[in-house]
Amino acid sequence: MKPAQFEYHAPANVVEACSLLASLEDAKVLAGGQSLVPLLNFRLARPAHLVDINRISGLDRIYERDGGVAVQALARQAAVEDSELVARACPLLRDAVRLVAHRVIRNRGTLCGSIAHADPASELPAVLLALGGHVVARSARGRRTIGADELFSGVFETSLAPDELVEETWFPAVSGEHAILEESRRHGDFALAGVVRAGDRLALFGVAGTPVMAERGDPTRGLQPSGDLEATAEFRLHLVRVLTEQAFAA
Amino acid sequence: MNVNGVDHPAPTDPRRLLSDHIRHDIGLTGTHVGCEHGVCGCCTVLFDGAPVRSCLMLAIQAEGHQVTTIEGLAPDGAPLHPVQQAFHETHGLQCGFCTPGFVMSVVGLLKQNPDPTPEEIDEGISGNLCRCTGYASIRRAVLRAAELSR
Ligand SMILES: Cc1cc2nc3c(=O)[nH]c(=O)nc-3n(C[C@H](O)[C@H](O)[C@H](O)COP(=O)(O)OP(=O)(O)OC[C@H]3O[C@@H](n4cnc5c(N)ncnc54)[C@H](O)[C@@H]3O)c2cc1C
Ligand code: FES
Ligand code: FES
Repeated sequence: MKPAQFEYHAPANVVEACSLLASLEDAKVLAGGQSLVPLLNFRLARPAHLVDINRISGLDRIYERDGGVAVQALARQAAVEDSELVARACPLLRDAVRLVAHRVIRNRGTLCGSIAHADPASELPAVLLALGGHVVARSARGRRTIGADELFSGVFETSLAPDELVEETWFPAVSGEHAILEESRRHGDFALAGVVRAGDRLALFGVAGTPVMAERGDPTRGLQPSGDLEATAEFRLHLVRVLTEQAFAA
Repeated sequence: MNVNGVDHPAPTDPRRLLSDHIRHDIGLTGTHVGCEHGVCGCCTVLFDGAPVRSCLMLAIQAEGHQVTTIEGLAPDGAPLHPVQQAFHETHGLQCGFCTPGFVMSVVGLLKQNPDPTPEEIDEGISGNLCRCTGYASIRRAVLRAAELSR
């Protein structure tokens, strides 16, 4: 299928993008398009306006800030994967990005897009949660910082307002033991279940409506994952136990 | 936008996907379309030199950029591109539906990593689906392409 009709806007800078988002009814940000365009093609999303941020220059930096790594809205996942800064300061993030889809998708997909999209089976929101990072949200009203623990509110839902743009996502540096482990049907698929370990902290993905924090000693406590054609709920719980054990075995 | 060295006007309808624009408006039908949600890889083209899914871009987004399709790898009458030559030599295709996408992905893979290990090859072609070959001959094609490109 093909996208339904929309009006297309390509602002040249962030201020313009924010004023469009403030004034337009039913507008969506278009970043890498690797999640949004499939939804448009299948008409699962039919926004009245698309605000394409790809023409904004100087919004693709990956830089060191406050003892961590900040990734701006147009930094592609492939650039994060190749970044020396990320490899040095936050190797957990590099390992996680490599599990996201395939290189050809990562050439276009953005890290901030993954965070804003908030797919419960995505690796990157879980890494942000495990590390205790944040996003900087920008709108015509100003900037605010939203911590990962307050950002993810439901399946594909965040506490971002419709007129807010994720300007950058910030990950604290990792020190100490870390790991991201997942099980998926095929390489590059979304995970059936996965775990992120950062020191003593443990976050899970693919087993609830949002990424969730868990206790190493009893990682499945309170979890009620859904079952589908790919995995039963019991199998997902089993995966969480086994992967948690492996993540802390190192 | 520039496609294989030739400038083309952008479409007037912003809904036009890059894949459809290449096939229907420009008439280059070597770029195939399978799934239109990024999974099969048939529609892979080079965008400013890096492989991307043309079904997941709006044509209007390519304005001011360079697109290379399978037709742009070797002009008519010229020798095949090393990746095409390698697919030919190793029977890296049967029906050929997936082949343009594989070739463009492999061009990108070898640009990024001219001497991939078997594991890196598997990883590099894992984003493209083939219903015919069983992938073994495609793996061999990538090894051969790396050899021919040296
Ligand atoms: C075949 C395939 C396999 C995939 N596998 C995985 C996988 O294993 N793991 C995984 O995590 N992802 C996977 N993805 C999704 C991919 O990582 C997307 O790139 C990512 O989810 C969205 O990033 P994007 O830049 O493409 O965003 P878009 O598709 O442009 O946007 C996605 C959503 O986020 C919003 N948005 C984007 N950027 C911003 C911003 N800066 N501020 C506010 N809102 C914004 C958009 O409005 C939209 O609602 C896969 C995709 C495909 C096609
Ligand atoms: S048609 Fe684009 S990936 Fe399948
Ligand atoms: S050769 Fe037929 S799908 Fe690959």
